[in-house]
Amino acid sequence: MTTVDLDRPPAEDATAGRTYVRHVDGPRPAPSRGRRQLSAVTASERAIGVGSGFAALALAWLLCFQLLPWGSPLGFVVVAFVLYLAIVTVTTSVVSPGPAVADRVAAAAITGGAAVVAIGLVSTIVFIFVRAAPALPHLSMYTHDMAGVGPRDPLTQGGLLHAIVGSVIQVGIAIVVTVPLALGAAVYMTEVGGRFARVIRTVVEAMTALPSIVAGLFIYTVLLLQLGMSKSGFAAAMALSVMMLPIIARAADVVLRVVPSGLREASLALGASRWRTVWHVVLPTARPGLATALILGVARGVGETSPVLLTSGASTFLVTNPFGQQMNSLPLFVFSTVRSGEPLFIQRGFAAAAVLLALVLVLFALARFLARPRGRR
Amino acid sequence: MTSTYVPTRPADRLPDEPRPVNRAATGGDRAFVLGSGAIGASVLVITSGIGLFLALQAVPTIARYGPTFFTQNEWAPDEGKVGIAGVLLGTFTVAVVAMAFAFPLALATALFISEYAPVRLKSFLVSMVDLMAAVPSIIYGLWGFLLLQPQASRLARWLHQYLGWLPFFHVDTDPNAAQWDQTEYTASAFVAGIAVAMMVLPMASSVMREVFSQAPAGEREGALALGSTRWGVIRSVVLPFGKGGIIGGTMLGLGRALGETIAVLLIISPSFDLKFRPLEIGTNTVSALIAGRFGEASPGQLRALLTAGFVLFLITLVINTLAAMVVARSRSGAGTDL
Repeated sequence: MTTVDLDRPPAEDATAGRTYVRHVDGPRPAPSRGRRQLSAVTASERAIGVGSGFAALALAWLLCFQLLPWGSPLGFVVVAFVLYLAIVTVTTSVVSPGPAVADRVAAAAITGGAAVVAIGLVSTIVFIFVRAAPALPHLSMYTHDMAGVGPRDPLTQGGLLHAIVGSVIQVGIAIVVTVPLALGAAVYMTEVGGRFARVIRTVVEAMTALPSIVAGLFIYTVLLLQLGMSKSGFAAAMALSVMMLPIIARAADVVLRVVPSGLREASLALGASRWRTVWHVVLPTARPGLATALILGVARGVGETSPVLLTSGASTFLVTNPFGQQMNSLPLFVFSTVRSGEPLFIQRGFAAAAVLLALVLVLFALARFLARPRGRR
Repeated sequence: MTSTYVPTRPADRLPDEPRPVNRAATGGDRAFVLGSGAIGASVLVITSGIGLFLALQAVPTIARYGPTFFTQNEWAPDEGKVGIAGVLLGTFTVAVVAMAFAFPLALATALFISEYAPVRLKSFLVSMVDLMAAVPSIIYGLWGFLLLQPQASRLARWLHQYLGWLPFFHVDTDPNAAQWDQTEYTASAFVAGIAVAMMVLPMASSVMREVFSQAPAGEREGALALGSTRWGVIRSVVLPFGKGGIIGGTMLGLGRALGETIAVLLIISPSFDLKFRPLEIGTNTVSALIAGRFGEASPGQLRALLTAGFVLFLITLVINTLAAMVVARSRSGAGTDL
């Protein structure tokens, strides 16, 4: 609903501009019923909603826990929701005509679907942080690596330092490689144009379909097997670059394309060269959008496990040299610890997942901050 | 007294002809055009190089195994059996399950945000959906593996119990046994599909929402003025207008679901059976196959894996291209003007 604001209360001065006509004689006018409430929920509607809710919960409880062996939280919620839809249909159809029934049921179904998604997202985030909570307060998590830490060693020993540093180094290299290339290609596609630019755009868009695991396998085959490099942070960074390059280039292209062409033409009409137009008009206009595109691409790269799984190897100790040595990273650490089956390792894996998730949340908030509308800056 | 002076043309002047205009860039512009062109060309070389490399790797594999590469379901290179029928079916099973969950939820979320949510909450909800897309897939993998799996296996058993007569809800165990065999219902395409649904849902949802929000306000108001309910507006204005976005968003999600690796790898237990029984334990996808087998592969097997990846890439590419076409046709005007 963009234009009709049904929820606004009637203006206070609704009667201010009224014209009063004094009745001299004749029949009395019908008593004013006041201004009609357009959006307020009527008492009967509210009663139907609340009553159906209670009825559905009670019936679902009866069905799930007393009559049928369906007693699980998920089953209860699903059964209650389906029953709610059914009961609302019946009760509304008693008092309202057909379209109102359809409206009510559709509203309940759509709101329910959105609520399921919200539950999914919230449960994911809460689940990760709750499971990570026992491990997160230990300072050693952030200051130590896993060198010499066995599966039985308590959480106070060892930490995630190597994974955090590895992730930062790998993604840093990937950013250095991809951002100039992606930005340059995007500028060429939008500002220079022509047939060649269309070819580039087509190929870049096609390559965004490349599954990340295939990007990893490509780097594994070319760099590691054919060129004989060893598993290293650099190889992982290359795999991430191959994956991120089309994504960032395409996002930057989209952002640059929505720069109003009026601005460009104004700059050119004032006698600026094309290069100056790009540097002083187009790029500054698109800066928030470009930053968002870049940061979201980076967030994607940080969390991507499959290319790293094939190319970096997993060291247990701090490695800062991206060449020649195996290097761990956060997603890979999560993956390997969770697969190990050792309870304390899984705990550490959750801590790493929480750090990763926090990193992504921070990057995301940063992207939102940069992309916020201009008026509020 | 004013008079207008009309300049007289000198007699010796040459006849008028258009001023020569040279559109070729000069100086700094030339450097800019060439420089950005060089970057564009290098990006083109890199990206198309990957595609070409993958395509070239496919040639010897196809030459060696022939059409059995697409019909053989087992991946046993030691016995000379290499085929992707099993993993392709598994990939599609996971993707279909994912879309079965993601499509209605994405549609409901998009409709809720564009039609039902209070105006003040709208931008917050939009960024929540975007955040959902930014959450790493390993996180959803953990969620699916440890939190969802016990619940989902109960749901799978329920489906088997009551709808088991449908062939695709069949599981090779007795659902009504006193001690039901929970492991038969875990590590399945069903559970993996739900986790993948969480990943593709925000993508599909944001495409749909964007198209819905462009539904013409005049038509909405017209429907309301004719006495339509909110659902009436959705049914008669928003959904017909957003049809392209719904189809395109779903297909983009499908493309992503096909290539998802790590969540699937965490959840499933690998098997190469040629079956469409998503509730039952064991399945495999192309990407999980690659992640599981690349380490011990000989050069020939690696080429076969790359071929499998290339086939996956081609499928995703076709789906994404179709989706982009559908979405593009549903919108008007690519650029904006002042």
